[in-house]
Amino acid sequence: MQLPEAEDLLAVLTARIRQGISSDTAVVGIHTGGVWLAERLHRDLQLALPLGALDVSFYRDDFGQIGLHPQIRPSDIPFKVEGSHIILVDDVLYTGRTIRAAINELFDYGRPASIRLAALIDRGGRELPIAAQYIGATLEVPPAKMLALEKKADGKLDLSLYDKHQGNE
Amino acid sequence: MSNNPQLNKNGQLQHLLTTEGLPASILLNILDTAEPFVGVTERDVKKVPLLRGKSIFNLFFEPSTRTRTTFEIAAKRLSADVINLNIAVSSQSKGETLLDTVNNLSAMHADMFVVRHAQSGAAHLIAQHVRPEIHVINAGDGRHAHPTQALLDMFTIRRRKRDFHNLRVAIVGDILHSRVARSQIHALTTLGVPEVRVIAPKTLLPTKVERLGVHVYHDMAKGLKDVDVLMMLRLQNERMLSARLPSTEEYFKYYGLTPEKLALAKPDAIVLHPGPMNRGVEIDSVVADGKQSVILPQVTFGIAVRMAVMSILAGS
Repeated sequence: MQLPEAEDLLAVLTARIRQGISSDTAVVGIHTGGVWLAERLHRDLQLALPLGALDVSFYRDDFGQIGLHPQIRPSDIPFKVEGSHIILVDDVLYTGRTIRAAINELFDYGRPASIRLAALIDRGGRELPIAAQYIGATLEVPPAKMLALEKKADGKLDLSLYDKHQGNE
Repeated sequence: MSNNPQLNKNGQLQHLLTTEGLPASILLNILDTAEPFVGVTERDVKKVPLLRGKSIFNLFFEPSTRTRTTFEIAAKRLSADVINLNIAVSSQSKGETLLDTVNNLSAMHADMFVVRHAQSGAAHLIAQHVRPEIHVINAGDGRHAHPTQALLDMFTIRRRKRDFHNLRVAIVGDILHSRVARSQIHALTTLGVPEVRVIAPKTLLPTKVERLGVHVYHDMAKGLKDVDVLMMLRLQNERMLSARLPSTEEYFKYYGLTPEKLALAKPDAIVLHPGPMNRGVEIDSVVADGKQSVILPQVTFGIAVRMAVMSILAGS
């Protein structure tokens, strides 16, 4: 199936988010693809607050089924979450379970004034009442496939489609 | 894989009983998993929901406030329910056997046992006996093993020295009675430390300790030369009574870590101690509180390492 260009979608997403930011907006990326996107957004939108990153492994709801994910990266929220306006960034929005975990984790750093959600692609298939405020594109992806963002050697972002070996998202 | 009682049929960690015989990949996975837990303990809410609803029993058949507390904090920061049992003063004194105690607690739906016992092999015995969904962590058994202490030492060394493959490490003190030393030696050699030394008087060394792959020294001046990491051991007061040593003063003179002796090691050498310290016996206060000491970071990292072990076990 024909996949859109990730860089084109990021340009669309950046333009959409630009309308909604102010001097107290912070972006937080979800590892790994969301952090790459958040780095670009942070730079291109020239945000004053430092970039945040979350690894939601300790908050996932599938720990009881599949245990701990290998290679967990430390979460890093280098600004005061209490009272902040956060845009949470992920690459592919699917079941909504990762976002649920990310929101729970953010609240363990403090009580944000607001959280909005940005995703490069919304592939549908939600299992929780989660909606994104900013989307690069909507794309129908068969349930047996996994859509993943990758970073090429030149730093450009790229989308790939895989057969699902295990329940990943 | 299957003949190692610590691993399940998929080669995952089922129990943590000893660092002996565990592959480097498993030790490194524990260290890597501990890294993000260090950040958790620095947040406003020092807790993650990973082990919510799990019951962890601290079974301490031998008193140890410090180790029990660090396991308790680790379990609570994972949102588990923790039940502390000081069995030295309860059912065992009424004549109940070890396995009867464990059976009773299993019937209360325990998910994990953290076991400290004066007898070597106690944690192994419990691990062989419990149902497969229950995990056992050895928190020190006799002279045998204390794997989480060794792992937190490895974590501290890696944080300060980055790589294990170019290090010269000296373990100093009562190797003979030390489960900590044994677990450290196995972990260091498995992780690829090229030179592990033990420094102790002959009366405090096990016979044939060289078989563990260590170099033996009886003299601090020779043993500490060009060392990157010094791992001090606690001299247990009861050893004095057993006539293995003439006096604590004499021990300090020959084996106590003073600034002068520390100067023989590399200038950037770090000093570890598992605690509780006997100041003026195995270590001088100037060294214990000095800038080369990583003794307090060890305590902090110990929580993160125990959180990592508990999460890996609960998820396997």
